[in-house]
Amino acid sequence: MNIFANFLGRLNFDALPHDIITIGGAITMVLVGAVGFGLMTYFKKWRWLWTNWITSTDHKKIGIMYIIIAMVMLLRGLADALMMRAQQALSAGDAHGIIDSDHFQQVFSAHGTIMIFFVAMGLMFGLINLVLPQMLGSRDVAFPFMNNVSLWLFAAGMLLINVSLMIGEFSPAGWLAYPPLSELAFSPGVGVDYWIWSLQIAGVGSLLSGINFLVTIIKMRAPGMTLMKMPMFAWSVFGSMSLVVFAFPILTVTLSLLALDRTLGMHFFTTDAGGNAMMYVNLIWAWGHPEVYILVLPAFGIFSEIVATFSRKRLFGYTSMVYAIWAIVLLSFTVWVHHFFTMGAGADVNAFFGIMTMIIGVPTGVKMFNWIFTMYKGRVHFDSPMLWFMGFVVLFTIGGVAGVILSMPPADFQLHNSLFLVAHFHTMIVSGVLFGFLAGISYWFPKVFGFKLHEGLGKCAFWSWLTGFILAFVPLYILGLMGATRRLDHYDASLGWQPLFIVAGFGILFIFLGVGFQVLQLLWSIRKRAELRDTTGDPWNARTLEWSTTSPAPFYNFATIPTVTTRDAFWERKQHKDEPTSNVSLEPIHMPVASPYGPLIAAAAFAFGFAVVWHIAWLGIVAFLAVVGFIISRLCQDATEYTVTVDEIAAIERQSAGRRYA
Amino acid sequence: MYKKYIRALAVLGVLAAIGLSIAGWLYVRNANVALLNPAGHIAERESHLMMFAAALSLVVVVPVFALLFGIAWRYRASNTKATYKPDWDHNNWYESAWWLIPTCLILVLSVVTWNSSHELDPYRKLAGTAKPLQVQVVALNWKWLFIYPEQNLATVSYLTLPQNRSVEFTITSDATMNSFWIPQLGGQIYAMTGMSTKLHLLPEQIGTFTGASANISGEGFAHMTFKTNVVSQPAFDDWVAHAKRLPPQVLPLSQKTYKELTEPTQGYAPTTYPRVDKDLFDSILMKYMKTAPPTAAPKPEEHTDEHQHTMPMSGMDHMDM
Repeated sequence: MNIFANFLGRLNFDALPHDIITIGGAITMVLVGAVGFGLMTYFKKWRWLWTNWITSTDHKKIGIMYIIIAMVMLLRGLADALMMRAQQALSAGDAHGIIDSDHFQQVFSAHGTIMIFFVAMGLMFGLINLVLPQMLGSRDVAFPFMNNVSLWLFAAGMLLINVSLMIGEFSPAGWLAYPPLSELAFSPGVGVDYWIWSLQIAGVGSLLSGINFLVTIIKMRAPGMTLMKMPMFAWSVFGSMSLVVFAFPILTVTLSLLALDRTLGMHFFTTDAGGNAMMYVNLIWAWGHPEVYILVLPAFGIFSEIVATFSRKRLFGYTSMVYAIWAIVLLSFTVWVHHFFTMGAGADVNAFFGIMTMIIGVPTGVKMFNWIFTMYKGRVHFDSPMLWFMGFVVLFTIGGVAGVILSMPPADFQLHNSLFLVAHFHTMIVSGVLFGFLAGISYWFPKVFGFKLHEGLGKCAFWSWLTGFILAFVPLYILGLMGATRRLDHYDASLGWQPLFIVAGFGILFIFLGVGFQVLQLLWSIRKRAELRDTTGDPWNARTLEWSTTSPAPFYNFATIPTVTTRDAFWERKQHKDEPTSNVSLEPIHMPVASPYGPLIAAAAFAFGFAVVWHIAWLGIVAFLAVVGFIISRLCQDATEYTVTVDEIAAIERQSAGRRYA
Repeated sequence: MYKKYIRALAVLGVLAAIGLSIAGWLYVRNANVALLNPAGHIAERESHLMMFAAALSLVVVVPVFALLFGIAWRYRASNTKATYKPDWDHNNWYESAWWLIPTCLILVLSVVTWNSSHELDPYRKLAGTAKPLQVQVVALNWKWLFIYPEQNLATVSYLTLPQNRSVEFTITSDATMNSFWIPQLGGQIYAMTGMSTKLHLLPEQIGTFTGASANISGEGFAHMTFKTNVVSQPAFDDWVAHAKRLPPQVLPLSQKTYKELTEPTQGYAPTTYPRVDKDLFDSILMKYMKTAPPTAAPKPEEHTDEHQHTMPMSGMDHMDM
């Protein structure tokens, strides 16, 4: 065996970036990292960061860290989007734009991968962490340590994908890396390996989170909160996490098979030796389509909470909503072939999957009408979360029409892989998922940080996002109808596509303006936090249990676990002027201790991923053993919880009560 | 104090939106919107289908928008005259309506989907037309090869088709996966190694139409466009005769010239081959169907580790397809 012949595997100085744009990106990232490192060191904050945050098992802090990572990744994904549109706006006829084809492929692959796995998934898990336990009247998730592991595996995957910008290259094969293009024969570099291992590591984190939240919902609801009294957000997370548990193993297996092909010379999906690339396409979409609903269901749940709260009225058609969620969950596993009608399956197969796809429109439509009728005979307050909701309904409906068109196989033969398709799924994911999560962030921000975000700047952000979205994607619908395929780094000038690409590029600038407003909103709100302070714990006159605590909630959420008798438990309590019983019945609380093993496991997993990408055998073995070792030594730990005494709780409660009624 | 500015901004925004919409409309009217400007039977049917689905969807979209904005306006918080029923959260009639009405629409659409999927199945021979013209299509890195087996000639990067005669494309790939698409003639289908897919089209208008690959296949993907010349039957016969009379220094497409063609290139110029090896297409198709020889090591790649070459590959012996 010659494994140790090469100490650094295939890693050498050629792996450093050569072209000016990548170098710029890499330098920016290194500089930002260095500045952050310097500031942390200067203010001597490392110990604080480690003990209070990185090793924390508090779901609220974990949620905040998820959202911070996802927001940074949103900027990276948007920068990729801007580069793509700049290339396309400038690359018609004799002009060849700003980047070469290979680089362009890496950019769109990175954009899709980052936006789905590290922005949408990150925001989703972040928001679930922030609110789900409190909504259920619980003190934490079912497995607080595993929650921390999930976060850091997510972060390790994120890090790996960003390291690819500085060391080596990223996948040129699109965000789902279809073989044979993603096989060694056509993509011999390290890019696809980076893609595989960054998703593989983050994907394991997602699966663990899925199990965690599922058990939390099933086992940790407050006494009296039967399933049919759960807030709709909890229901939607229930559906979504069920999908995670069933779908993510498919992703793990699929990626593993591709990794075996690439690393050990196997032939699952190669063109030769009996490999079958069509199998990959089926498998990846058997995960990929449920993934869409994994993302969109929690966003639907957020909208359900927001519409009811800002209409000051109960959610309309609660039972219908629950059935609609589960109809979507089941149907989402029966439509995957609609992603490749053009593969040449027979008419019967295509028609079946086309019809199943349309059927999903029914429960989705039901949800739409129920939201609208929640406003009916309500008192609708148009704070910024509600604006995101309105924007969502309009865009999602239009995207839905495009979806119905695409679901008919013969129409899809024309629109498949065109920019019409790209515009369709961006409409669904940006309005359905991203708008939902942004609405959720502005809605729950005061609960998490104790002060509201500046309303005016929030509205500016919304209008910029909406304008930007329309400008960026209406031209894409038209371009698709003009026959423009996706992922083009160059096209013939005579086709007349250039003006539309330019308009789309300006759209992205408006979206950046929206992000700018959001950054400004955050900074401004921090500066003015005294004025924006939420002293009531319930700034929106809301309905669910998370608003019954102080803002921010104490680390144990509830001094006494609330007992629930109805839906909208907190709203009903306010209507009947029931004050929660005072500190008489306080009991000691068991809380999970912080643990260094989450970040350690993830660091080792990152090293393992990096080693496999670069074929550094010794590092791979060491890192793998480290992962196993850390897990075993964590399992051997006895003291994973500590007790908060009644006196301590009483002291914290007195203090917060003072703050609350001051 | 901001009110004044906000109002001005809103007016400006609405004006800009109207202006942009008009500009967009004028632009689109003069542009070639390929999918709505079909030049073949299939493309025409497919465009009608898109329009139909869009129109039917309006039955839901219009009420949704009307209800959304109507209700949002009527029950805005500042309108204290509107009724307020904070506990009204259920009505069987209403909920039945929005379970049932969309279901009915989907029923209609399902029937249309089922029928159209069969009628416009790319594998289906088009009824009522003469014997279809055979064209074999091979996706290469990064160009399209078209073989006319009956005419015994081949082209690269361009197609010539007779008007009003259906064409049966038999499609494969000798590289990565691509998707064969001529938008104004009809929908696309994938080109994959080791298998052949079928596509039937019927060009009806004389003209030149752009074709492309619709699936990312590597660096030269954007340059995989080709011109499709639809000409009258006599003009097509002339074109064939002309191709046959090409000077002798123009080589036929043999296994040898084909091998040169498979080298990756970008923007390959339109080329004509006056003759083609009879079994070429089948050999391209079959070369991926072979069983791996029992002794074959995985394809040696310069950059892979040494240890891969020495891996026992006994597992491959019984792998056949």
